[in-house]
Amino acid sequence: MWTLLRIELFKIFRRPRTYIPFAAIAAMILIIQLGLKFDGRSYLELMMSSLSDSFIIPYGMIMNGYLVAFVILNTLLIQVPLLVALVAGDIIAGEANMGTLRLLVIRPVSRTRLMLVKFFASVIYTVLLLVWMALLALFLSMLLFGTNDMMIARNTVMEQIKSSDVLWRYIAAFGYASVALSTVAALAFLLSVFAENSIGPIVSTISIIIVLTILSEMNIPLYDNTVKPWLFTSHMLAWKGFFYSRSDGQGAAVAGSVENLPAILRSLGVLLGYIIAFVTAAIVAFKKKDILS
Amino acid sequence: MKYLLLLPLFFVLLRGHAQEPATLLQKVRARLDQVNDYQAAGLMKTNVPFLKVPEAQVTIYFKKPDKIKIKNDKGISLVPKGAVTISLNTLLRGSYTTLDAGLDTLNGHRVRLIKLLPQDETADLVLATLYVDESRVLILRARTTTRENGTYEVEMTYGKYAAYALPDKVVFTFNTKDYKLPKGLTFDYDDGSKQHASGGPATGKVELIYQFYNINKGVSDSVFQ
Repeated sequence: MWTLLRIELFKIFRRPRTYIPFAAIAAMILIIQLGLKFDGRSYLELMMSSLSDSFIIPYGMIMNGYLVAFVILNTLLIQVPLLVALVAGDIIAGEANMGTLRLLVIRPVSRTRLMLVKFFASVIYTVLLLVWMALLALFLSMLLFGTNDMMIARNTVMEQIKSSDVLWRYIAAFGYASVALSTVAALAFLLSVFAENSIGPIVSTISIIIVLTILSEMNIPLYDNTVKPWLFTSHMLAWKGFFYSRSDGQGAAVAGSVENLPAILRSLGVLLGYIIAFVTAAIVAFKKKDILS
Repeated sequence: MKYLLLLPLFFVLLRGHAQEPATLLQKVRARLDQVNDYQAAGLMKTNVPFLKVPEAQVTIYFKKPDKIKIKNDKGISLVPKGAVTISLNTLLRGSYTTLDAGLDTLNGHRVRLIKLLPQDETADLVLATLYVDESRVLILRARTTTRENGTYEVEMTYGKYAAYALPDKVVFTFNTKDYKLPKGLTFDYDDGSKQHASGGPATGKVELIYQFYNINKGVSDSVFQ
């Protein structure tokens, strides 16, 4: 299994296009960091405009590495699924396109094992992409902007987290995000089984993500309690839940607390359910597939 | 009938005991004037419907005549604007017409209500009501209405530093606009928890519990920049 996995990882990382998402993430993060370094105050003024009449706002202290990382994650975790789809959508269809898929399945390895290895290789790629993102978004921002308490703007609430209470939340959020992005990888992986070239599954995955994300974010009463709770895109944002603290009843945030951990675990369960369903469907379809290419 | 004849005498005595508002305020000002500067450590608790912030350990700096700075050395503190712009020193130093608004009881203390009307018609302050404990010569509550920022109320509890008219605890109540951002901007995760329902103006409260004061030891001007 390990040898197979190494072979798959070798195949992924020897392709130059594998590195395009890494370069794209680095470019996007650096652009956002540069923008916030020079005009972060405008961003904060927009987010805190209704507070500025009543409070003295220390903009310079609020614009710190922890907030910058949060802004970057908020922006990028919508685009990163598209980058994950580039590799996961190619993993089977790419082989079919190159004509190596038939060669692959005549090896004395079961199709189930082959599929599992290919999926795990996609997951490892996804996690590496996230680690890269964490290094640049979090640690580089901490270096460039320094650290302080973290302010988070929500829909109707502004939250503050003490600096000593932030890092563990990022670790948990990145852990959660790796599961969320693995769901995207599993979807692209499933679609990859049905295609003979990688364009189809990549574009299909991206389209599905965009449509479902819009549906998740729109306030449509008809869908709010019926469709939304079952869309995996609604649960992909649950990493943010680690940054929402519980209140002590008098308005103060409780350090080290999470507002609704059961909801995050439920969301995690939904995503894991999707991953299992997508991968199982991919294996079943692949086992039944008449491979002609 | 003889008691009826004594009644005017009783009122004269009562009037004689009650202090003129201006005289009373002068006494309070004299007490505050003992303090040229101070540096104090305190615990700040914020209770605003749309803010979820932890308790903060803060340092409060004051320098005559009206410089105040609240600083959180280990993090960020959102300080209400009125908390530093409306100080008792500022209030007692301006030119006002004082009106005696009678007696009342506040937290078990008999207090005299004094209304301050600014003589400058363009002043930001529209009206201030002071609740002064005559026996201790201390202001227990100040309610100020400003043109720019609505009404503020400061309630003070005194203890160890009452001799300097410095409170052990200050509760600052103020009006604020409500906070709301479009969901498309914040991409909130809906975890099913009940968020603060936004709508209309809100009332906020900030509690400052003073732990100790360093009085008249000198405070650098650079602190206030």
